[in-house]
Amino acid sequence: MEDYKKQWNTPGDTSTLRKRKNLSENTPLSKDPGRWTQDDPGSSNGTLAECHGSDSNNPPATLLLLLVVASLSFSTRFHRLSEPSHVCWDETHFGKMGSYYINRSFFFDVHPPLGKMLIGLAGYLTGYDGTFPFVKPGDKYEDHNYVGMRGFCAVLGSFLPIFAYLIVLELSQSSTAALITAAVLIFDTGCITISQYILLDPILMFFILAAVLCMVKFNHLTQRSFSASWWFWLVMTGASLTGALGVKFVGLFVILLVGLNTISDLWRLLGDLSLSMVDIAKHLVARVVGLIILPLFLYVTIFAIHFVVLNKSGPGDGFFSSAFQSRLIGNNLHNASMPEYLAYGSTITVKNLRIAGGYLHSHWHLYPEGVGAKQQQVTAYLHKDYNNVWRVHKQDHNESQSGPPDLVRHGDIIRLEHKETTRNLHSHLHEAPLTKKHFQVTGYGMNGTGDLNDLWQLEVCGGKKGDLVKVLRSKVRFLHRATGCVLYSSGKTLPKWGWEQVEVTCSPYLKETPSSQWNIEDHINPKLPNISLSLLKPHFLEILLESHIVMIRGNSGLKPKDNEMNSKPWHWPINYQGLRFSGVNETEYRVYLLGNPVLWWMNLASLGLYLIMSAVASVALQRGFSLEPKRKEHAHVLLRGGGLLLLGWLLHYAPFYTMGRVLYYHHYFPAMLFSSMLTGITLDVLFRSADLLLRPPYSDWLQRAGLMGLLFTVLYSFYLFHPLSYGMTGPLAHEPGSSMAGLKWMDSWEF
Amino acid sequence: PWGNFAVMLHLPLMVTAQVDLVLVLVTVLSLWTRLCHLSYPNAVVFDEVYYGQFVSLYMKRVFFIDDSGPPLGHMILALGAYLGGFDGNFAWNRIGAEYPCSVSVWTLRFLPALCGALCVPLVYLLTLELKFSHLSALGAALLLLLENSLIVQSRFMLLESVLIFFVLLAFFSYLCFYNLLIGPLLLSSWFRYGWLLLCGASCGAAIGVKYMGLFSYLLLLGVASLHTWNLIGDRTLSVCVQCVCRFFCLLVLPVLLYVFWFYVHLSILSHSGPHDQLMSSAFQASLRGGLSRITQGQPLEVAYGSQVTLKSSASQPIPCWLHSHKANYPIRCSGHLQEMMVSSPPRPVRHGDVIQLVHGMTSRFLNSHDVAAPMSPHAQEVSGYINFNVSMAAQNLWRVDISNREVESDVWKTILSEVRLIHVNTSAVLKLSGVSLPDWGFRQLEIVAEKLFKANTGNLGWTVEEHRYGTSQEQKEREVELHSPSHIDVDRKISFWAKFLELQWKMLTVKQEDSEHKYSSSPLEWITMETNIAYWLHSSSNAQIHLIGNPVSWGVANFSLLAYQVLAVFYLLRRRRGFKDLPHGVWCKFVCLGCVCVGGWLVNFVPFLLMEKTLFLYHYLPALCYLYLLSPALLEHMHTHLLSSVTYQRALCVWASAVLLSVFLSYRTFCPLTYGNPELSANELRGLKWRDSWDILYRRR
Repeated sequence: MEDYKKQWNTPGDTSTLRKRKNLSENTPLSKDPGRWTQDDPGSSNGTLAECHGSDSNNPPATLLLLLVVASLSFSTRFHRLSEPSHVCWDETHFGKMGSYYINRSFFFDVHPPLGKMLIGLAGYLTGYDGTFPFVKPGDKYEDHNYVGMRGFCAVLGSFLPIFAYLIVLELSQSSTAALITAAVLIFDTGCITISQYILLDPILMFFILAAVLCMVKFNHLTQRSFSASWWFWLVMTGASLTGALGVKFVGLFVILLVGLNTISDLWRLLGDLSLSMVDIAKHLVARVVGLIILPLFLYVTIFAIHFVVLNKSGPGDGFFSSAFQSRLIGNNLHNASMPEYLAYGSTITVKNLRIAGGYLHSHWHLYPEGVGAKQQQVTAYLHKDYNNVWRVHKQDHNESQSGPPDLVRHGDIIRLEHKETTRNLHSHLHEAPLTKKHFQVTGYGMNGTGDLNDLWQLEVCGGKKGDLVKVLRSKVRFLHRATGCVLYSSGKTLPKWGWEQVEVTCSPYLKETPSSQWNIEDHINPKLPNISLSLLKPHFLEILLESHIVMIRGNSGLKPKDNEMNSKPWHWPINYQGLRFSGVNETEYRVYLLGNPVLWWMNLASLGLYLIMSAVASVALQRGFSLEPKRKEHAHVLLRGGGLLLLGWLLHYAPFYTMGRVLYYHHYFPAMLFSSMLTGITLDVLFRSADLLLRPPYSDWLQRAGLMGLLFTVLYSFYLFHPLSYGMTGPLAHEPGSSMAGLKWMDSWEF
Repeated sequence: PWGNFAVMLHLPLMVTAQVDLVLVLVTVLSLWTRLCHLSYPNAVVFDEVYYGQFVSLYMKRVFFIDDSGPPLGHMILALGAYLGGFDGNFAWNRIGAEYPCSVSVWTLRFLPALCGALCVPLVYLLTLELKFSHLSALGAALLLLLENSLIVQSRFMLLESVLIFFVLLAFFSYLCFYNLLIGPLLLSSWFRYGWLLLCGASCGAAIGVKYMGLFSYLLLLGVASLHTWNLIGDRTLSVCVQCVCRFFCLLVLPVLLYVFWFYVHLSILSHSGPHDQLMSSAFQASLRGGLSRITQGQPLEVAYGSQVTLKSSASQPIPCWLHSHKANYPIRCSGHLQEMMVSSPPRPVRHGDVIQLVHGMTSRFLNSHDVAAPMSPHAQEVSGYINFNVSMAAQNLWRVDISNREVESDVWKTILSEVRLIHVNTSAVLKLSGVSLPDWGFRQLEIVAEKLFKANTGNLGWTVEEHRYGTSQEQKEREVELHSPSHIDVDRKISFWAKFLELQWKMLTVKQEDSEHKYSSSPLEWITMETNIAYWLHSSSNAQIHLIGNPVSWGVANFSLLAYQVLAVFYLLRRRRGFKDLPHGVWCKFVCLGCVCVGGWLVNFVPFLLMEKTLFLYHYLPALCYLYLLSPALLEHMHTHLLSSVTYQRALCVWASAVLLSVFLSYRTFCPLTYGNPELSANELRGLKWRDSWDILYRRR
């Protein structure tokens, strides 16, 4: 806290300076921080001082307020933290992944690793040994130490109101606005609930708000470019951006926000003709270093740690290339030894060379009616499975039974027989299920007897006639004899009938792309000697790229299932429906993630109010009406500070409308933070403009009454809805005996 | 003024007409390229098979829903068919099917082709309104004139050319309005609002043809609001009237027109047809034939003892009725469930009443109990139950909850009321789970009862469609019922607005199967034209029509797009540092050009990157037109303001004419694939396959 005080107080003076410059460019720049309060008509600030015992420019009072905010925030988040003592909702994923770090086994997740690494670290430091399996929500923790991990998330979650308070204070220079924001966030049941469990969201939101705070601080230091604190906030902004992106890809939105802000800042500098081009270049380079190179470096470091820590084989192996798997202890490719050259009669697995391409796979299920010929499905599958195993045959059936088997050479005609179902890899002139320009690939025949459409010509890329096929290292292509097309993995996910595996087709376009290239991964032939194959170790950057493409594909693969009630983005701001964290029945301990509806609807209303107020303000400025300095200042706070927050809200909300992946209610929380901060600024300006309606003494009363009313509303609604976060037992809300009786204001709430 | 008038009377009466011969020339050329041999492939070409069926339905006045776009486009196509005397009797079932002699192919295709042809002079005028020279205007017109893909798209019964025409018209009329505003002509102060009205009308038309028109409309709104914003800043003007006029013409008028298209659409389509079932019962009852024939004259208010069919108000995944049959386990969708309750005088069922439902054929009671449903285990099973001496009456009771009782009344009305049936015992609500049962349930949809507080999706409502009262009752009672005042014809009780809103909602929410098409492509492939679409192949020869653009023009377009952006960044950075390279007027012209052309390209291209629909190359054509508008104007800008020495300027001119010549040559080269005539040999076709990824068809002989 002491550090905070220092950093927070240093820029105080300059921010006042900057403010003055913004407000009225004609008046000479005042070097005296005290003047700020003097030329403010005083009434509003004075009331504030009475109301909350504070003044924004009074450091001890500010500190006191900050302490109050912090203590309230921590106490609401830590209250009943260890309840319920069973796995809640997504804890089953993120707790499990934390355990993987402690156990060092490799896994795959659609989010970048930082959040889970921190959870794992917190667990490790607080004495969790990684042995709890986190199988499904509702499992009792028994004597495993889980509170450490929850406590870590709660600490980060407790910083949200504090950060929001500081951001709004910086943007509006009004502690009332900052307090409104802090109150909304402290007493929002949704924010409390989401901070209390082992989830990525509190970590993500912590970094998002940290980045915004640092950016705002940095913005206000324009007068002291290249000073130590300027550098400090710049670097901190960059580091927080890495943090946000390292937890979830949603962090991209805050990067966009900071990026846009930086571009507009540079644009302003470019227009400042008193700066030379060299100065501007220095500014540019500083930002490139602080906001691009440093975060990139940190981000790569996170992944480096991730790959170094997870060095054992685990559930995520199959998503990655053969070369990558050879790194993992316990994987069958680690220090693999197998016959070096592909031979007839061998059993093999074939992996596509496209990044995260999957193994050539088949299973007993047929293509459904209306999708090409009704023959056995052939797909690409990312997991290791006995259905990935194929056997190599000559086109005629006379394989020599004795003696060393013949080796397969470039240009040979082969048949591939699926080991489990004994059907041959087959293609014909039917449209492929998804990629209609390609032909369908099926499994055909019985016990290896099929027809001429089962013949494939094997080609080693870059090879010539007679070349041998090296296992793991050669890139091979399979050309269909009858139609001349090439075996291809389109990367598109098949619908339910194909078990959401990846489509395999035969492409008539013969261009060499990784999608049409394959390598032989496992190779078993008892008649040939096994040779230890030391693979080329993949380059770190290759691994990085590969894991990103796997993650992105995984993310877009999370499609909403049919007939499942899924959350729509328009549900979120109106608090249409929450998420069940724990418990369904009357007997269970129930926690329901739902924002405090009063506060959320207030946020929504102030969003509309903000639009109206800022429209009025900007028309007034554009038309050049003569305004009092106070009004001008309000207009600037609304348009600059509010504009930034509105942009943040939009960036964290609008993109969800274009996303095809499955969406959940908790995706709105980052946007909700911005919306709450906007509420603070809007309501504050609204109350301060009370003197537009009434004459001074009455307007002050109105303002004070408004604030008191607001405070009361916040507290009372929290009192009403606090069981949502702190647990409900007994009858459900629609029954009279419940603690939530009468509070089910919308039919869609499920508590 | 009267003095002037008197003087004028003494003058000879003269008409001085100025004719822009170049404009006339390009118009004639454009009409010639678009309209000659219009009926040549006397066969269904590509999407004609899709639009044609709607034209037929218009001719027969049968109701349909097309979720791909609003009705104006279809209506324009139908107008052409109507003028040509098409009677709607043609089965549009296959691309390549020959039209019979009775169908006047020429008139079917005439209106889109005319719109396509008029785009060329419009581009010419638009360039002039952007304040560039006649030479640039000619260049833009020529690029558009010689663009094979636009020609192909115009010559058939398709909508893109109509859309492009209205979009260009909207921009043209807006710029006319704007230029008159700053121009010196005082006479035109009211006249110019005529342009604004035209602009609003063509915006409304563009959105009415295809939803894609919305992108250009939004851009135009953006430009207009920017201009208005500057106007507000000018304190010397009073702006209220101007703002209100713009608001009316650019916002209110297009919306009104959009609704008007639907009004015409619904007035024309008054007969029931194949798409009826997607709509609500009330909507269906307002159409002639179909449901209204069944429901005509039936009692309005559902009473105890009525026989009814219950239709789920959710039309997802398909419209269906509550159904039961003689197979053990349970109740499914589609068919009839009839309700009969004995009660002496016909007493209407009201909101909150508790009823029982009896299946007419099997006389089982609709029943639910606390057993998991077969496919959705979180919900309760619903079954038909007969009481073999075991009284389970409580499980058969359902409470009627009329959800739209504020609008209608709290009496349960046929067709109009939407009711929820709530199981009294468990307070679960009867709903369609949306899952189909396996083979034992004949693949029908599952019906479950879900706890009211859990079930929050919209598909809980049921409406009564067929309604008969008391067939097994005494004749006397039936007659009493038949003459009671509740026999209101539900026909046409539904207002236009209700119909419009329902239709609009259905159009936006009906899910279409998007599977990949053989010729579908991704937006990034359009820029480099990696893809083409085969529109038509002669049934016996190699003659074929493809949607392939003019490769040289596409290159020019892409180059100018890039060049504009580079130049703009260069100018902006320089201006920010205080170097004013261009005089103010020229700079404004340059910015305006960018806003319209580059902006137009962006809004018509970028949204497709985010879409998950099946996309085709022709979706790129509107964006492409903006680039053709940009290229010559940019060239002129470079010629006038960037090249100082005369030598360079001459070199540029030579280069430009060389490019135009090669545009013409490549147009000539691809003509056989554009007009389908003359037929080429397989070798010649192979020579035209400039890209490996193009699919050109060779017929084996």
